[in-house]
Amino acid sequence: MSPGTTQITIRGLCKNFGAAPLYRDFDLDIARHSIVSVFGPNGCGKSTLINMVAGLMPFDRGEVLFDGKTLRETRIGYVFQNYRDALFPWRRAIDNIRYPLKLAGQSAQEVERRVEQLVESFQVTFDLNRYPYELSGGQQQLVSIMRALAPQPEVLFLDEPFSALDYEMTLFIRDRLQQVFIETGTTMVLVSHDLEEAVWLADTIVLLTRRPTRVAEVLTFDAPRPRDIASLTDPVFLRTKARALEVFQREVRKAEGEA
Amino acid sequence: MRSGVISPRWLPLVGPAVLLGVWALLVATKAVSPILLPGPGVTLQHLWTVILGGSMAVDFGATLLRTAQAFAIATVIGVPLGVALGSSEPLYRSVEFLIDFFRSTPSSALIPLFMLFFGITDFNKVAIAAFAAVLVVMFNSAYGVMNAKRTRIMAAQVMGASRWQTFRDVLLWESLPQTFIGLRSGISLALVIVVVAEMFIGSENGLGHRIINSQQVLNVKDMYASILAAGVLGYLLNVLFLLLDKRVVHWSGRA
Repeated sequence: MSPGTTQITIRGLCKNFGAAPLYRDFDLDIARHSIVSVFGPNGCGKSTLINMVAGLMPFDRGEVLFDGKTLRETRIGYVFQNYRDALFPWRRAIDNIRYPLKLAGQSAQEVERRVEQLVESFQVTFDLNRYPYELSGGQQQLVSIMRALAPQPEVLFLDEPFSALDYEMTLFIRDRLQQVFIETGTTMVLVSHDLEEAVWLADTIVLLTRRPTRVAEVLTFDAPRPRDIASLTDPVFLRTKARALEVFQREVRKAEGEA
Repeated sequence: MRSGVISPRWLPLVGPAVLLGVWALLVATKAVSPILLPGPGVTLQHLWTVILGGSMAVDFGATLLRTAQAFAIATVIGVPLGVALGSSEPLYRSVEFLIDFFRSTPSSALIPLFMLFFGITDFNKVAIAAFAAVLVVMFNSAYGVMNAKRTRIMAAQVMGASRWQTFRDVLLWESLPQTFIGLRSGISLALVIVVVAEMFIGSENGLGHRIINSQQVLNVKDMYASILAAGVLGYLLNVLFLLLDKRVVHWSGRA
């Protein structure tokens, strides 16, 4: 399941915020079975980009296709930055995970089998029969990732999923995500504001410019998985990260010069 | 922390004890004429007697029944209507002024109007109380739906929920904490209006009727006892709804 053919094609995407163009004729290809990190200066619209692709935000013009299909015909998962607002507090954690499966009309048996699978691959050690507000932040985000992955989506979108978590939990969940990726090859599109994490998780790092936003550069990082803490000091990792930082700073300065 | 003279668990009793003390003092020193204010001892004893004698139960029960009926009508009409209004912002905006206007109008001001329509009937008392409560209930339910968390709605949509499923599985639940606030205010308001209506719309029973009657014949002991009974009723209803709120909308304020 190495990264292969294009799965998501974004063509001619246009989005204005008020009178100011945020995206103008934006093109991007996202490869199947890959993890793609989106990184860029503040306010360049990283989250807006994945929200448009995931159908949470309308765009003015352009086309987004998944294997040639529309969004409607595609099963996607989405992990929000704010897990507290994304989970349903009136349902127990386990019922949150079951919810998309029930929406899809699966039988009770199928639902239970899938939930068991998820519990196993995420090594859940806390009680899923609790309500979300009874869990720690990291546990809640883990639940929302499990919920997003439950229906076995073709693409998983993650909008800064770790930004509200402590470092220990971040490392743990990153590692579980990587494990799930190794097992299933689910394409993941990740918005991150942490360059280290953006590179460490990814096959492809998409670096964006300031608005109107274009692709500044696309980097690849093909270190074999599973990657671990040692990967963080690997020369290839460091080189890729340095290059990404260089591009990032160039874009930030460029914008300042124009302003 | 400084350890107080009184253990914290007894603190809630301090206020009532002080009130009874001041009351007893006022009566003992004859600062207030005993014709206007009998002592706390005789008043509570009288309350106890009329409770045991059964006459208070009749009036207490009548007021409770009317309040419950008014509240039931207000809930059955107010919650669905409020949720429907809240689901459509343009719809709500177009009736918002009416709701706010009549919500701000003292419902007791409408008692004569209701008497014209419904006469001096028992149903009149229930109708006017229901009218007062329905607006509060509706308003709160509508706001509950309108203030639903955007992220939760988006989460449901991205999982493939239809409009109806999003409504049933998210909006309705999101509105519940606010709806409960409306229900609690609604039942308190219904009680207020029922008691007022019992005083001024010819009535044969009820706490309002009993209070005004004992005042007319200067049976002040009974008047105070009835006021206390009305207070107990209001307080119990409030506690009941707080408990219900904790059980039903367990996530309220925590998520």
